[in-house]
Amino acid sequence: MTKIISGSELASSLEKSLPGSVTDSNEVDVWVSPDSLFEVCEALKNPKGLDFSYLTSISAVDYIDSFELVYHVLSMRNNYSGVIKCRCSSDGNGRGEPTVPSVTGIWKGADLQEREIWDLMGIKFDGHPNLKRILLWEGFDGHPLRKDYLG
Amino acid sequence: MTGIRTEPITINLGPQHPSTHGVFRLRVTFDGEEIIDAEPVFGYLHRGTEKLAETRNYVQIVTLTDRMDYLASMSNNLAYVRTVEKLANIEVPERAQYIRVISAELQRIASHLMATGFLLNDLGALATPLVYCFRERERILDLFEMLCGARITLSYMRPGGVFQDAPEDFWPSLESLVGDLPHYLDELESLITSNEIVLARTKNVGLLTDEQAIDNSISGPNLRASGVKWDLRKADPYEIYDRVKFDVPIGAIGDTFDRYLVRILEMRESVKIIEQCLEQIAPGPIRANTPFFIRPPAGEAYSAVEGPKGELGFYMVSDGGVAPYRCKVRAPSFINITPLRDMLKGWKMGDLIIIFGSIDIVLGEVDR
Repeated sequence: MTKIISGSELASSLEKSLPGSVTDSNEVDVWVSPDSLFEVCEALKNPKGLDFSYLTSISAVDYIDSFELVYHVLSMRNNYSGVIKCRCSSDGNGRGEPTVPSVTGIWKGADLQEREIWDLMGIKFDGHPNLKRILLWEGFDGHPLRKDYLG
Repeated sequence: MTGIRTEPITINLGPQHPSTHGVFRLRVTFDGEEIIDAEPVFGYLHRGTEKLAETRNYVQIVTLTDRMDYLASMSNNLAYVRTVEKLANIEVPERAQYIRVISAELQRIASHLMATGFLLNDLGALATPLVYCFRERERILDLFEMLCGARITLSYMRPGGVFQDAPEDFWPSLESLVGDLPHYLDELESLITSNEIVLARTKNVGLLTDEQAIDNSISGPNLRASGVKWDLRKADPYEIYDRVKFDVPIGAIGDTFDRYLVRILEMRESVKIIEQCLEQIAPGPIRANTPFFIRPPAGEAYSAVEGPKGELGFYMVSDGGVAPYRCKVRAPSFINITPLRDMLKGWKMGDLIIIFGSIDIVLGEVDR
């Protein structure tokens, strides 16, 4: 069985290597700040540390007052998985186009997934080599997976 | 050859092209015959499945999942209903789990048959191997028709079990198919595996190393062809996979031939799994007592199954209502084309189609 590394375990491990990166944590989840997301993911992938070499998926959820990015990561060698969350919003009302650092430099598998999130959810990834719309066409108005998008 | 001025030329492949297996477009830049750049362009089949799911109740969404990877509806159903069961804490009766595993493994065989048949089609063995593959797949679709009346868009599974028990005459038909399948696969292999032209065209072509595969989040047969022994059925057993014995075949170097061979070997393992399920399955209920309008408690769940194309996962968020707040699909076909450019670079025009074909994508799932 794949062991699930709990949020509090991840938080304590991250707090040791990157103090101040964790904004919130509980038994299940851990939230990190958008500014430290890249460093956090680098630390997660480090083969001497947690060894999360495989990025399973990136999901984005629109919670109206903010957006949440969910990173499911996996260590194939040790057979355990973890979840990292990151809340982001661009201004007070949570709309606009928030920007978070891209993790394509750490896991190449993030490439198309980040483009999909930009296309459908409207979250910008800073440092992505080719951040274009992927499923919809250039010039499409709005980001359809947002809760305030009226099709 | 010095003194001849050359310049790169960009060729557009698709979206309507017989070997892209759907509406997929590749913008390829060539230097003579050599590929120097390739850019996939897709989204022509985008129907907004994730957005549609937010306005439907949990049972209705089953029909949406059918239409993602339309060559493997059973696996999509299974991945989806398992996530809802995790979200709403629904216990599934044992018999339903067996029926679900049997149908998912049948679907894996059907999907791999299509992958193999179309790969050979792309190689230039026009239609003949494909017809052999269609013959076997046809019998599997007949079985699905017995189960639920449909052949492609099955909607057979429900959160909490399956929609109805298999009819009496399903079991003898399944036993006869399971008896015939190894022979069918031998026949297919005798046509292909040691064929000189196939070997010349696929051996050492389109390499994907194990490090590349992991870095690019590749999953399924493509990952295992690169030599990574990772299968969710073994690594994180779901349903009753921990009660059956099977091997996880892996490839040697991750070339096009390995990706073909891993699929053939996986089909043989699937036959073994179905045989064991047939021995173990016992009478009993096939569906948990769930209401039509399921209202899972507010929360979230991620659950994945080993689909024919790779790890098919659903990430669902519930706000306690009758429809999910968010339903995200981790589509293996979509993520598996991430390294396409790296895999194609440096190969000749003639290799393009088979390298692309060996990844085995379904556009319904890429575009969703």
